[in-house]
Amino acid sequence: MSEGYLLKMESISKDFYENQVLQDVNLNVKAGEIVGLVGENGAGKSTLMNILFGEETIHETGGYRGTIMFDGKERNFSTSFDALEAGIGMVHQEFVLIPGFTAVENIMLNREITKDNFVAEVFGDRMNTLDWEAMRKRTNKAIETLEINLNPNMLVKDMPVGHRQFTEIAREIDRESTKLLILDEPTAVLAESEAEIVLKVIKKLSQKGIAILFITHRLQEILDICDNIVVLRDGKIQKELKPKETSAKEIAEYMVGRELSEQVSGDKKARKFKETVLKVEDLWVDMPGEQVNGVSFEVKKGEIFGIGGLTGQGKLGIANGIMGLYPSEGTVLFNGKELELNNPKNALKNGLAFVSEDRRGLGLLLDQPLSWNVAFTVMQVKEQFIQKHLGGLIKWRDDRAIAELTREYIDKLDIKCVSEKQFVRELSGGNQQKVCLAKAFAQNPELLFVSEPTRGIDVGAKRLVLDTLRQYNEEYGVTIVISSSELEELRAISDRIAIVNEGQIAGILPPSAKPANFGLLMLGKSELEEGA
Amino acid sequence: MKSQDTLNKTMNPVLKLLIDYAVPIMFILIVVVATPVSGFSLGFLANEIMTRLCRNSFLILSLLIPVMAGMGMNFGMVLGAMAGEIALIFITDWNIVGISGILLAMLIATPIAIVFGYFAGVVLNKATGREMVTGLMLGFFMNGVYQLLVLYGMGKLIPITNKDILLTRGYGIRNAINLDGIRQCLDNIIKLDLFGVQIPVVTLLVIAALCLFIVWFRKTKLGQDMRTVGQDMEVARTAGIDVNKTRIVSIVISTVLASYGMIIFLQNMGTLNTYNSHEQIGFFCIAALLVGGASVTKASIPNVFVGVILFHTVFVVSPRAGKELIGEAQLGEYFRVFITYGVIAFSLALYAWRRKVEQENERKKAMILHKASLQKQGKGGVSLEKIDN
Repeated sequence: MSEGYLLKMESISKDFYENQVLQDVNLNVKAGEIVGLVGENGAGKSTLMNILFGEETIHETGGYRGTIMFDGKERNFSTSFDALEAGIGMVHQEFVLIPGFTAVENIMLNREITKDNFVAEVFGDRMNTLDWEAMRKRTNKAIETLEINLNPNMLVKDMPVGHRQFTEIAREIDRESTKLLILDEPTAVLAESEAEIVLKVIKKLSQKGIAILFITHRLQEILDICDNIVVLRDGKIQKELKPKETSAKEIAEYMVGRELSEQVSGDKKARKFKETVLKVEDLWVDMPGEQVNGVSFEVKKGEIFGIGGLTGQGKLGIANGIMGLYPSEGTVLFNGKELELNNPKNALKNGLAFVSEDRRGLGLLLDQPLSWNVAFTVMQVKEQFIQKHLGGLIKWRDDRAIAELTREYIDKLDIKCVSEKQFVRELSGGNQQKVCLAKAFAQNPELLFVSEPTRGIDVGAKRLVLDTLRQYNEEYGVTIVISSSELEELRAISDRIAIVNEGQIAGILPPSAKPANFGLLMLGKSELEEGA
Repeated sequence: MKSQDTLNKTMNPVLKLLIDYAVPIMFILIVVVATPVSGFSLGFLANEIMTRLCRNSFLILSLLIPVMAGMGMNFGMVLGAMAGEIALIFITDWNIVGISGILLAMLIATPIAIVFGYFAGVVLNKATGREMVTGLMLGFFMNGVYQLLVLYGMGKLIPITNKDILLTRGYGIRNAINLDGIRQCLDNIIKLDLFGVQIPVVTLLVIAALCLFIVWFRKTKLGQDMRTVGQDMEVARTAGIDVNKTRIVSIVISTVLASYGMIIFLQNMGTLNTYNSHEQIGFFCIAALLVGGASVTKASIPNVFVGVILFHTVFVVSPRAGKELIGEAQLGEYFRVFITYGVIAFSLALYAWRRKVEQENERKKAMILHKASLQKQGKGGVSLEKIDN
C-alpha cells in the first residue's frame, strides 16, 4: 500500500491524560512533495510532528496509537536521534543554535569532521582534532545547495534573523540522509523579503526530491508553495485541499470551523458607547514570543474589548506592555492623560488592573492565604488595609479588615474554600482564577485587563469566570480588555473583537461577524475581499 | 535615521574597555602607587615575581578547562590539591627524593584526583547553574574527609613508617612536613641567571607544555563539545552531546591538573602545611585569574599570566607599603586578605551587572533592527475599524 508514499501516518491518536489531542489522523507525503499543515493553536499540529520526530515527551506520556510507515518500513521512533537517523530533519520554531558559534560550528554541531592523532588511540575518538578545512568545505556545499548568501565564518549572534534560519536549514540539509524535512513556522520571525528566500529554498529542496512538511500561519505561503494542504481542527483532519482548487477563505473556514455557533451573539444586544477611555497609539512591546509591532486602537468607556489571535502573534503582549511588565514604546492615553510606560506601579496607581495569563507565576502568591492574595496589590499600591503608627513610620497590616474584604469576595464570587486563611495552592484552577479576579476587583479599577482568563480551568468554571466578568462590567461600568485564544469565548462576552496577527491588529470585528472572517484575520488576510 | 543614532549610542568604546577590564586596571593602579612606596628594588621584585609565577601558574591554568565547559571557576580544585598533598605525604614517608619523587607523587596523585574529580563532577551536575558555590562547599566538606584520613587514618589504617612526620601519639600526620627530599628539585635542574633574576627553566617549560596542551585541547572534538556545553546545555543535548559526561570529564581533567599544580607549588615552597596548604589555594588562584581579566564564562592563558603577575606583585608589595605608610605591617597583611576576597566578590558582582547591561543592549539593538525591517516593508499598524458584513 505504501508504494509512492515516503511517509504514511495511519490513524494516529494521542491523548495526554485523558485529553484527546489527536484522533485517527492520516497523513501521506510523497517524495518531493510539499504538504502544508494548517490549524489553530491546540489543533494538534505540534503533537503530530512531535510523534513523527520521536520527541521524548510523547513516550513519557504513554505513547500514541496508529502506525507510521517511513521510507518503506514501519517506524516508532523513541528518540529524535532515531528519527534523524532514518532521514527526518526538523527545523524548530525557536532557533536551536549557539549564538557564540559561527555558522560552520553550528551546522557541524556534534557532527564535526576530525583528524586522527595518537592521543585518540589511547583516550578515544573525542581526542581527535577538528578538521576545520573539511568542515568549512562541507558547510559551503550545504550553502551552495540552498543557493543562498551566508557567511560561514560569521557568529550566529551577529547574523540577521533570516541568516539564522538559513543556518538551521543548512544544518538539516547537510545530513546526507535527510529525506523529509519538517519546518515548524520557518518564516514566523522573518521579514517578507527574507521569508521569500526561505520559500524559494523550500521549493528548491522539494525539486531535489526532499519531502517537506510545512507548518505556517501565513496562508499565502501555503497557497503559494504547497502541493497539498491539510487542515487540522481539534485533533482531527478537517479537510485536505489542493491549493489550486481552494481559497484563503475556505481554508480559514475549515480552520475555525463552520459550525461555530452563530447563536453566541444572539443573546446579547449591541451596546453603544461614546467616551474613549483608553487610546493606544503605535505601541511596541518587546515581550519574548508575544511581540507587539506598533498597534493602535481605542477602547470606549464601559465596553468589553476582546483581543484575539493565534498564540505567539502578540495578543498577550498588548496588556503586558501597557501594564509595564515588558519593555514597551509608544503612546498610551488613559482618560486623555498620557500613561508612563514601563512602570507597573504607575499603571496600577492610575486605576488599571491586570489579571495575568501567568496565573501561578505572576498572578498569585501560591503559598500564602487567600486573604493576603486578595489584598496584596491594594496594600502595595493604595496603602489601604494598613494601620499607620508614629506618623507613618511603622505600618501594620490590618488583618481584620483584610479578612472582612476577602470574605466578601468569597461570597460574591462563590470561591470554594475552607476559609480566607486557606493557602491558594490548595484551590482548584477555577477557584484560583476567581482569587485573581478578586484581587483585581479589590483595586476598584477603572479599566481591567484580563489575559487568558479560562486557560487551564474546567468547562463549568469557565462559564462562571466569564459570567463574573460580564456581571462586573454591567454593574460597575468597568471597562474590560480581554485577551484570549478562544474565539468563541471572545464572541460570547465582547462588544468588539480585535484580531492580532504578527504583532499588529489585522482588523476589528463585531462579535456577530462570520467565523470565517475572524479566521482570515488570524491568518493575516486583512483584505476580506470575498468576505461580505 | 533616528534608529541608527540610537544604535550607535549603545556604548562608548572607551567606557566599554574600562568596564571590561575594571579589575586589572584597578590592580595596575595599586601596583603603580604601592611599588615606589614599598621601597623594594626592582631586582628583588623581579625575583619574587618569577618565583611566584613558577609556583602558581600551573595551578591557575588548571582552572581554564571548566570555565570553557561553562562551569565557572572550579572551587573543586581544592580536591585536586588534597590529592597532591596525600601523594607528597606518601613519597616523604617512603623517602623517595628528587625528580623520581616528584614523578611518583604525580603518579600516586592521578588516581586519587580522578576519583575526587569524578565525585565533584557528579555533585556539580546536580547543581547546574550554581557550580561555584557548590564547589566551594564541596571543598569544605572534603576538607573534613581529608582531615579524617590524614589525622586518624594515617598511621592507623594506612601504615606510615617515618616517625618524623607522625604526631608523637603514634598516628596522624604532623602539622608541618619538611619536603627536603624534593625541595625545589624541579626548579633547580637548570637555573639561569638573567640580570640577577633566577629563572627555573624546567618549571617554566612544564608550564609552557601545559599551555600548549590547553591550546591543543581546544581544537579537539572533546574541547569543541565542552565549548558547546558551556555555551548552551540545551542545544548541546539536542545535538546528541552527552552533557553530564562532558562536564564530569572537564572537572576530572581540572582536578588532576590541580593535583600536579599543587605538587609543583609545594616543591617550590619546601614545606607542607598538612592542614592548611590546600585551604586557601582555591581562593588565591581564582582571585589571581579574575585579576588577570578573566570572567566566570571566559578565561584565557594570557589572563593567567597577567593575573599572577599583578596579583602577586600587590601581594608582595602591600605589607611593606603598609608598613612604610602607617608603620604597621599588619595593615598590609590585612589588606592582602581583604583584596583576595574583595576581588572575587567585586568581579562576580561586576560580571553579573555587565551581563545585565549587555542583555538590555542586545534587546534594544534587536528591537531597533526589528522595527527598521518592518518599517522598510511599510507595515505600519494596519487598522481596519468597522468591518461589517
